[in-house]
Amino acid sequence: MSGDPRDEIVQHLPALRAFALSLTRNGALADDMVQDSLVKAWTKIDQFEPGTNMRAWLFTILRNTYYSNRRKAGREVADIDGVHTESLSEKPAHDGRLQMSDFKIAFAKLNDEQREALILVGASGFSYEEAADMCGVAVGTIKSRTNRARARLAELMHLNADEALEMTDGATMAVVTGNRPASVG
Amino acid sequence: MSQNNDKTRQGQVIDENLKRVYQDMLEEKVPDRFLDLLTQLKEQESASKKGGNAK
Repeated sequence: MSGDPRDEIVQHLPALRAFALSLTRNGALADDMVQDSLVKAWTKIDQFEPGTNMRAWLFTILRNTYYSNRRKAGREVADIDGVHTESLSEKPAHDGRLQMSDFKIAFAKLNDEQREALILVGASGFSYEEAADMCGVAVGTIKSRTNRARARLAELMHLNADEALEMTDGATMAVVTGNRPASVG
Repeated sequence: MSQNNDKTRQGQVIDENLKRVYQDMLEEKVPDRFLDLLTQLKEQESASKKGGNAK
């Protein structure tokens, strides 16, 4: 009776919303999805194994909600077309930071599976194994999705080798001297 | 050799930006509707438990 695992759910709300937003790229849709997921998590708590990662469990519910909605609605209903038409003309700023809006646009151009893999592994700090488990695919699949996602982002951001060289003095020095930049930013 | 460095640098830039975007999203205030929903779910449950016992 003591220690309802559901009391922990509230701690994961910000992460759940961030994950939902990165999948849908639409605030209203993301919040509806979070709401559905919360109700599911609440009523299916007996399927949660105590001692395992609650956040991973919640993320799994959320992504299942997303993909089943997507199947029902037909593929690619989200408003990425509007984003697609905007061009990525800006080069990386010389302090090595990309224009954030450009990064977001590029990120939105990835397909769902790539975006998901990148958020889980690159941003949320899940291991490849955990991410593979959550997505129901092999570890190698998650690895190749994140690699392809990074490559695609680099391409969309015009982060090719030449421009990488001119991005920061530190980076240029690093290439010239063979040392890593002491610190960036 | 230098291409290797570029690739690493590319990956770093991408991951830094990714984390920044994600961090911005994490720092957004959670709307009250979600906290209200959790409270509501809790109340519903304890109400239905009581109701069940009363029968």
